[in-house]
Amino acid sequence: MERRASRPSSTKPGGDARRSTIKHETTAVTFRKYLVLAGITVFSTAGDSLLARGMKDLGGISLHHPSGLLLAILNPWVTAGILSLLTFFACYMSALSWADLTYVLPATSLSYVLVALVGHFRLHEEISPARWLGIALIAAGVGFVAAGPSLTSSRQPRNSPDAAPNTLSQEAKL
Amino acid sequence: MNSLYAWTAIGLIILASTAGDILLSHAMKRVGDVGELWKHRGILAVVSRVMTTPTFAVGLMAMGIAFYSLLFGLSWGNLSLVVPASASLTFVANAVAARIFLHEQVGRRRWIAALLVACGVVLMAV
Repeated sequence: MERRASRPSSTKPGGDARRSTIKHETTAVTFRKYLVLAGITVFSTAGDSLLARGMKDLGGISLHHPSGLLLAILNPWVTAGILSLLTFFACYMSALSWADLTYVLPATSLSYVLVALVGHFRLHEEISPARWLGIALIAAGVGFVAAGPSLTSSRQPRNSPDAAPNTLSQEAKL
Repeated sequence: MNSLYAWTAIGLIILASTAGDILLSHAMKRVGDVGELWKHRGILAVVSRVMTTPTFAVGLMAMGIAFYSLLFGLSWGNLSLVVPASASLTFVANAVAARIFLHEQVGRRRWIAALLVACGVVLMAV
Protein backbone atom coordinates (compact mmCIF):
# COMPACT_ATOMS: atom_id res chain seq x y z
CA MET A 1 0.00 0.00 0.00
CA GLU A 2 1.65 3.21 -1.07
CA ARG A 3 2.33 5.73 1.66
CA ARG A 4 1.04 9.21 1.17
CA ALA A 5 2.18 12.17 3.25
CA SER A 6 -0.85 13.58 5.00
CA ARG A 7 -1.66 17.12 4.14
CA PRO A 8 -2.96 19.27 6.98
CA SER A 9 -6.09 21.29 6.26
CA SER A 10 -5.22 24.54 4.65
CA THR A 11 -5.34 27.50 6.99
CA LYS A 12 -3.91 30.01 4.56
CA PRO A 13 -6.45 32.77 4.09
CA GLY A 14 -5.58 33.55 0.48
CA GLY A 15 -5.21 29.91 -0.45
CA ASP A 16 -4.19 28.73 -3.87
CA ALA A 17 -6.27 27.65 -6.86
CA ARG A 18 -8.54 25.66 -4.54
CA ARG A 19 -10.09 28.85 -3.18
CA SER A 20 -13.76 28.97 -3.79
CA THR A 21 -14.64 25.38 -4.67
CA ILE A 22 -13.51 23.63 -1.50
CA LYS A 23 -15.93 23.51 1.37
CA HIS A 24 -14.47 22.41 4.66
CA GLU A 25 -17.32 20.04 5.40
CA THR A 26 -16.77 17.63 2.55
CA THR A 27 -20.18 16.02 2.82
CA ALA A 28 -21.71 19.16 1.32
CA VAL A 29 -22.35 18.91 -2.41
CA THR A 30 -20.70 21.78 -4.24
CA PHE A 31 -21.91 23.24 -7.51
CA ARG A 32 -19.32 21.27 -9.46
CA LYS A 33 -20.61 18.08 -7.90
CA TYR A 34 -24.19 18.96 -8.78
CA LEU A 35 -22.96 19.32 -12.35
CA VAL A 36 -21.54 15.80 -12.23
CA LEU A 37 -24.84 14.42 -10.89
CA ALA A 38 -26.72 16.30 -13.60
CA GLY A 39 -24.26 14.92 -16.15
CA ILE A 40 -25.02 11.37 -15.05
CA THR A 41 -28.74 11.94 -15.55
CA VAL A 42 -28.47 13.77 -18.85
CA PHE A 43 -25.83 11.61 -20.52
CA SER A 44 -27.50 8.30 -19.66
CA THR A 45 -30.80 9.59 -21.06
CA ALA A 46 -29.13 11.02 -24.17
CA GLY A 47 -27.05 7.90 -24.69
CA ASP A 48 -30.02 5.54 -24.48
CA SER A 49 -32.15 7.76 -26.73
CA LEU A 50 -29.39 8.10 -29.33
CA LEU A 51 -28.75 4.36 -29.32
CA ALA A 52 -32.46 3.68 -29.75
CA ARG A 53 -32.67 6.15 -32.65
CA GLY A 54 -29.66 4.62 -34.36
CA MET A 55 -30.78 1.02 -33.93
CA LYS A 56 -34.23 1.91 -35.36
CA ASP A 57 -32.49 3.10 -38.52
CA LEU A 58 -30.78 -0.24 -38.90
CA GLY A 59 -33.85 -2.36 -38.27
CA GLY A 60 -33.79 -5.76 -36.65
CA ILE A 61 -30.40 -7.46 -36.67
CA SER A 62 -30.81 -10.79 -38.43
CA LEU A 63 -29.23 -13.78 -36.73
CA HIS A 64 -27.97 -14.91 -40.13
CA HIS A 65 -25.88 -11.77 -40.47
CA PRO A 66 -24.61 -10.99 -36.98
CA SER A 67 -21.87 -8.85 -38.51
CA GLY A 68 -24.61 -6.26 -38.79
CA LEU A 69 -24.13 -5.71 -35.10
CA LEU A 70 -20.49 -4.78 -35.58
CA LEU A 71 -21.32 -2.42 -38.42
CA ALA A 72 -23.98 -0.84 -36.21
CA ILE A 73 -21.38 1.16 -34.33
CA LEU A 74 -20.57 3.01 -37.53
CA ASN A 75 -24.03 4.53 -37.58
CA PRO A 76 -23.62 8.17 -36.47
CA TRP A 77 -26.53 8.02 -34.01
CA VAL A 78 -25.08 4.90 -32.41
CA THR A 79 -21.62 6.43 -32.26
CA ALA A 80 -23.04 9.52 -30.58
CA GLY A 81 -24.94 7.27 -28.19
CA ILE A 82 -21.81 5.31 -27.27
CA LEU A 83 -19.85 8.53 -26.67
CA SER A 84 -22.65 9.82 -24.52
CA LEU A 85 -22.76 6.61 -22.49
CA LEU A 86 -18.98 6.70 -22.03
CA THR A 87 -19.33 10.23 -20.66
CA PHE A 88 -22.12 9.00 -18.39
CA PHE A 89 -19.88 6.22 -17.11
CA ALA A 90 -17.01 8.64 -16.39
CA CYS A 91 -19.37 10.95 -14.47
CA TYR A 92 -20.83 7.97 -12.59
CA MET A 93 -17.40 6.73 -11.51
CA SER A 94 -16.44 10.24 -10.47
CA ALA A 95 -19.54 10.62 -8.35
CA LEU A 96 -18.97 7.25 -6.67
CA SER A 97 -15.53 8.45 -5.63
CA TRP A 98 -16.96 11.17 -3.40
CA ALA A 99 -20.49 10.07 -2.55
CA ASP A 100 -22.32 7.04 -1.22
CA LEU A 101 -23.88 4.62 -3.67
CA THR A 102 -27.22 5.01 -1.94
CA TYR A 103 -27.01 8.76 -2.56
CA VAL A 104 -25.94 8.66 -6.20
CA LEU A 105 -28.56 6.14 -7.33
CA PRO A 106 -31.72 7.98 -6.24
CA ALA A 107 -30.21 11.39 -6.97
CA THR A 108 -29.71 10.42 -10.60
CA SER A 109 -32.92 8.48 -11.15
CA LEU A 110 -34.45 11.49 -12.89
CA SER A 111 -33.25 9.76 -16.05
CA TYR A 112 -36.29 7.47 -15.80
CA VAL A 113 -38.46 10.58 -15.95
CA LEU A 114 -36.46 12.17 -18.77
CA VAL A 115 -36.62 9.07 -20.96
CA ALA A 116 -40.41 8.99 -20.56
CA LEU A 117 -40.66 12.69 -21.43
CA VAL A 118 -38.42 12.22 -24.49
CA GLY A 119 -40.73 9.44 -25.62
CA HIS A 120 -43.76 11.64 -25.01
CA PHE A 121 -42.60 14.78 -26.77
CA ARG A 122 -40.53 13.32 -29.58
CA LEU A 123 -42.58 10.26 -30.37
CA HIS A 124 -45.98 11.51 -29.15
CA GLU A 125 -46.40 8.52 -26.90
CA GLU A 126 -49.27 8.71 -24.46
CA ILE A 127 -48.48 9.10 -20.76
CA SER A 128 -51.26 7.59 -18.66
CA PRO A 129 -52.21 9.04 -15.24
CA ALA A 130 -50.49 6.11 -13.54
CA ARG A 131 -47.32 6.95 -15.38
CA TRP A 132 -47.52 10.62 -14.38
CA LEU A 133 -47.92 9.45 -10.79
CA GLY A 134 -44.82 7.30 -11.21
CA ILE A 135 -42.95 10.34 -12.51
CA ALA A 136 -44.09 12.37 -9.52
CA LEU A 137 -42.97 9.66 -7.09
CA ILE A 138 -39.54 9.43 -8.69
CA ALA A 139 -39.14 13.20 -8.60
CA ALA A 140 -40.12 13.20 -4.93
CA GLY A 141 -37.60 10.47 -4.17
CA VAL A 142 -34.88 12.37 -5.99
CA GLY A 143 -35.55 15.61 -4.20
CA PHE A 144 -35.73 13.84 -0.87
CA VAL A 145 -32.35 12.18 -1.15
CA ALA A 146 -30.50 14.99 -2.90
CA ALA A 147 -31.22 17.30 0.01
CA GLY A 148 -29.46 15.02 2.48
CA PRO A 149 -25.78 14.29 3.12
CA SER A 150 -23.89 12.63 0.32
CA LEU A 151 -21.27 10.68 2.23
CA THR A 152 -21.96 8.77 5.41
CA SER A 153 -19.38 6.00 5.46
CA SER A 154 -16.84 6.76 8.15
CA ARG A 155 -13.85 7.66 6.02
CA GLN A 156 -13.20 10.89 4.17
CA PRO A 157 -12.41 10.29 0.52
CA ARG A 158 -8.72 9.89 -0.21
CA ASN A 159 -7.02 12.93 -1.75
CA SER A 160 -9.54 15.27 -0.18
CA PRO A 161 -7.77 18.24 1.38
CA ASP A 162 -9.39 17.54 4.73
CA ALA A 163 -8.41 13.87 4.87
CA ALA A 164 -7.11 13.01 8.32
CA PRO A 165 -3.86 11.00 8.62
CA ASN A 166 -5.57 8.02 10.22
CA THR A 167 -7.55 7.30 7.05
CA LEU A 168 -4.45 5.53 5.76
CA SER A 169 -4.66 2.85 8.43
CA GLN A 170 -8.40 2.49 7.85
CA GLU A 171 -7.69 2.05 4.14
CA ALA A 172 -5.27 -0.77 4.91
CA LYS A 173 -8.02 -2.74 6.66
CA LEU A 174 -9.88 -3.16 3.37
CA MET B 1 -41.96 -21.94 -18.23
CA ASN B 2 -41.32 -18.64 -19.96
CA SER B 3 -42.07 -16.70 -16.82
CA LEU B 4 -39.76 -18.93 -14.80
CA TYR B 5 -36.90 -18.12 -17.17
CA ALA B 6 -37.82 -14.44 -17.15
CA TRP B 7 -37.89 -14.23 -13.35
CA THR B 8 -34.66 -16.21 -13.07
CA ALA B 9 -33.08 -13.69 -15.39
CA ILE B 10 -34.52 -10.84 -13.32
CA GLY B 11 -33.00 -12.38 -10.20
CA LEU B 12 -29.65 -12.67 -11.95
CA ILE B 13 -29.83 -9.07 -13.13
CA ILE B 14 -30.50 -7.88 -9.59
CA LEU B 15 -27.68 -9.93 -8.09
CA ALA B 16 -25.13 -9.05 -10.76
CA SER B 17 -25.87 -5.34 -10.99
CA THR B 18 -25.98 -4.97 -7.21
CA ALA B 19 -22.64 -6.75 -6.94
CA GLY B 20 -21.25 -4.63 -9.76
CA ASP B 21 -22.41 -1.37 -8.18
CA ILE B 22 -21.01 -2.32 -4.79
CA LEU B 23 -17.66 -3.33 -6.27
CA LEU B 24 -17.40 -0.22 -8.45
CA SER B 25 -18.31 2.03 -5.54
CA HIS B 26 -15.69 0.33 -3.39
CA ALA B 27 -13.10 0.67 -6.15
CA MET B 28 -13.79 4.37 -6.65
CA LYS B 29 -13.63 5.05 -2.92
CA ARG B 30 -10.21 3.41 -3.02
CA VAL B 31 -9.13 5.69 -5.86
CA GLY B 32 -10.31 8.70 -3.89
CA ASP B 33 -11.90 11.95 -4.91
CA VAL B 34 -11.42 12.02 -8.66
CA GLY B 35 -11.82 15.79 -8.95
CA GLU B 36 -9.03 16.44 -6.48
CA LEU B 37 -6.76 13.83 -8.03
CA TRP B 38 -7.29 15.29 -11.46
CA LYS B 39 -6.51 18.78 -10.26
CA HIS B 40 -3.31 17.81 -8.49
CA ARG B 41 -1.92 14.96 -10.58
CA GLY B 42 -3.58 15.15 -13.99
CA ILE B 43 -5.92 12.91 -15.96
CA LEU B 44 -3.34 10.17 -16.61
CA ALA B 45 -2.89 9.63 -12.90
CA VAL B 46 -6.66 9.27 -12.55
CA VAL B 47 -6.91 6.72 -15.36
CA SER B 48 -3.93 4.67 -14.17
CA ARG B 49 -5.18 4.71 -10.59
CA VAL B 50 -8.61 3.51 -11.66
CA MET B 51 -7.24 0.76 -13.94
CA THR B 52 -4.95 -0.64 -11.27
CA THR B 53 -7.68 -1.02 -8.68
CA PRO B 54 -8.57 -4.73 -8.72
CA THR B 55 -12.16 -4.33 -7.58
CA PHE B 56 -12.77 -2.07 -10.57
CA ALA B 57 -12.15 -4.89 -13.06
CA VAL B 58 -14.31 -7.32 -11.06
CA GLY B 59 -17.05 -4.69 -10.83
CA LEU B 60 -17.00 -4.21 -14.59
CA MET B 61 -17.26 -7.96 -15.11
CA ALA B 62 -20.26 -8.09 -12.80
CA MET B 63 -21.89 -5.30 -14.82
CA GLY B 64 -21.19 -7.33 -17.96
CA ILE B 65 -22.95 -10.33 -16.45
CA ALA B 66 -25.87 -8.09 -15.53
CA PHE B 67 -26.08 -6.80 -19.09
CA TYR B 68 -26.11 -10.27 -20.62
CA SER B 69 -28.68 -11.40 -18.07
CA LEU B 70 -30.81 -8.48 -19.24
CA LEU B 71 -30.51 -9.65 -22.84
CA PHE B 72 -31.40 -13.18 -21.75
CA GLY B 73 -34.38 -11.95 -19.76
CA LEU B 74 -35.64 -9.83 -22.63
CA SER B 75 -35.54 -12.84 -24.93
CA TRP B 76 -37.97 -14.68 -22.62
CA GLY B 77 -40.05 -11.94 -21.01
CA ASN B 78 -41.75 -8.69 -21.93
CA LEU B 79 -39.76 -5.48 -21.81
CA SER B 80 -42.46 -3.92 -19.67
CA LEU B 81 -41.94 -6.66 -17.09
CA VAL B 82 -38.20 -7.18 -17.07
CA VAL B 83 -36.89 -3.62 -16.96
CA PRO B 84 -39.17 -2.16 -14.26
CA ALA B 85 -38.97 -5.27 -12.08
CA SER B 86 -35.19 -5.46 -12.22
CA ALA B 87 -34.63 -1.71 -11.96
CA SER B 88 -36.87 -1.15 -8.97
CA LEU B 89 -35.81 -4.24 -7.05
CA THR B 90 -32.18 -3.40 -7.77
CA PHE B 91 -32.73 -0.06 -6.04
CA VAL B 92 -33.83 -1.72 -2.85
CA ALA B 93 -31.19 -4.45 -3.10
CA ASN B 94 -28.52 -1.78 -3.53
CA ALA B 95 -29.67 -0.01 -0.39
CA VAL B 96 -29.45 -3.23 1.63
CA ALA B 97 -26.13 -4.29 0.16
CA ALA B 98 -24.59 -0.84 0.62
CA ARG B 99 -25.58 -0.94 4.26
CA ILE B 100 -23.99 -4.36 4.74
CA PHE B 101 -20.88 -4.18 2.55
CA LEU B 102 -20.03 -0.51 2.22
CA HIS B 103 -21.06 0.56 5.72
CA GLU B 104 -23.04 3.46 4.37
CA GLN B 105 -25.52 4.79 6.85
CA VAL B 106 -28.80 4.28 5.05
CA GLY B 107 -30.97 6.51 7.20
CA ARG B 108 -34.72 6.78 6.97
CA ARG B 109 -34.35 9.52 4.36
CA ARG B 110 -32.57 7.16 1.94
CA TRP B 111 -34.87 4.21 2.57
CA ILE B 112 -37.87 6.41 1.81
CA ALA B 113 -36.17 7.78 -1.29
CA ALA B 114 -35.32 4.26 -2.50
CA LEU B 115 -38.92 3.10 -1.95
CA LEU B 116 -40.36 6.18 -3.67
CA VAL B 117 -38.19 5.66 -6.71
CA ALA B 118 -38.88 1.92 -6.80
CA CYS B 119 -42.65 2.47 -6.69
CA GLY B 120 -42.33 5.22 -9.27
CA VAL B 121 -40.45 2.96 -11.65
CA VAL B 122 -43.09 0.23 -11.30
CA LEU B 123 -45.88 2.73 -11.98
CA MET B 124 -44.05 3.93 -15.09
CA ALA B 125 -44.52 0.49 -16.57
CA VAL B 126 -48.27 0.37 -16.04
